[in-house]
Amino acid sequence: MKYKDYYEILGVKRDASADDIRKAYRKLAQKYHPDVTKDPAGEEKFKEVGEAYQTLKDPEKRKAYDELGSSFASGQEFRPPPGWEQRFREAPGGGSQSFSFDDLDLSDLFESLSRGRRGGGGQRTPRPMRGPDFEVAVQLTLEDAIRGTQVELHVALPEYDEHGAVHAVEKTIKARIPKGATDGQRLRLRGQGGKGMNGGANGDLYLDITLRPHALFRADGHDLYLDVPLAPWEAALGASVQIPTPDGNVNLKIPAGTTAGRKLRLGGKGLPRPEGSPGDLYAVAQIVNPTVLTDRERELYRELAQASRFDPRGHFAKESP
Amino acid sequence: MTTENAFWMDTRTQLTLVELAECSGVTETVVQELVDYGALTPSGARPAEWAFSAECAVSVRKAARLCGDLELETSAMALVVSFLERIQELEAQVRRLRAQAGGSF
Repeated sequence: MKYKDYYEILGVKRDASADDIRKAYRKLAQKYHPDVTKDPAGEEKFKEVGEAYQTLKDPEKRKAYDELGSSFASGQEFRPPPGWEQRFREAPGGGSQSFSFDDLDLSDLFESLSRGRRGGGGQRTPRPMRGPDFEVAVQLTLEDAIRGTQVELHVALPEYDEHGAVHAVEKTIKARIPKGATDGQRLRLRGQGGKGMNGGANGDLYLDITLRPHALFRADGHDLYLDVPLAPWEAALGASVQIPTPDGNVNLKIPAGTTAGRKLRLGGKGLPRPEGSPGDLYAVAQIVNPTVLTDRERELYRELAQASRFDPRGHFAKESP
Repeated sequence: MTTENAFWMDTRTQLTLVELAECSGVTETVVQELVDYGALTPSGARPAEWAFSAECAVSVRKAARLCGDLELETSAMALVVSFLERIQELEAQVRRLRAQAGGSF
């Protein structure tokens, strides 16, 4: 079994008061809480800090932990003192006659103390307990959102055994995501979370969905935005251009005098909704110039520049301070 | 509802007090306190008639987890819920602006 220095983890001295321990825990828990931190190692640190606090906040567990002494270094292999083996075996859910301390984690030892105090053995009628809910992040392509998809999630989920002890269990969950997902949406899959205990209902599985950026379309809810590049003469004179939509290509009529940024709405051509009509597709006009001009094109541009009285910066003179 | 057991947690899905408590992993009393603090604003006059947008269950779940782990009271949880709702709103606005503005954003 590996020793963990719970005081070091919380950054407090061994004689720290209960109040100091609570303050140190809160500070670190705020920093590393999985719902707050952006640190990829945050969740692991949060678990470590939580484990240290669960032991040190409880006077009985802290006393037992202190009995282990302070001569071990974090991560050092050690064997608990004589008597601990007996203590662990006697606790409900404790080890069998053939168990070895080598198979245990330090937190299991202190958890067994709590179970012993709760008397969680077979004397009382077990209460049905609902299984825990789980949240898993899922990234979908736009095509998945349009058609719906089946995803396979490989996750390590905590599961409780009959004694209430937690074990991480590797699981593969197959979940069907119906069509109509949008970026930032959550899907609740009832009963697909952790197993209930003593006849309690299973928990739920929550999928936090994000959409992978698409090369052409940008999604806002069920509406889609598509930049449509136009040659200056197409924008000025109007044109009919072919554009992609989730349903296939369509012809879009560009009105004469279209300016950059103008949005043309194609009703019902956005993402499908689970119920009701699909969102809309907005074609956003972009005016692009050829990067290389032929002699003839350059000549025509010069001719246009001379003939045109259009002043794109006319408002500067009016608005300047 | 989308398939037999799959539900989109968005404004289209409405939850009762009991359902919200179940979805969020808190007691009905905590949900009632969050309403008293003004963090949640259901439609309906009496608790038995309350209807919540399923979207808020996401904030309540997260706030409950944070407050449980940080040992905070329900008044603090109400604040966390309000801030999470605001963050959710602003994130939706950012997504909208990004989608509309494209590469220039």
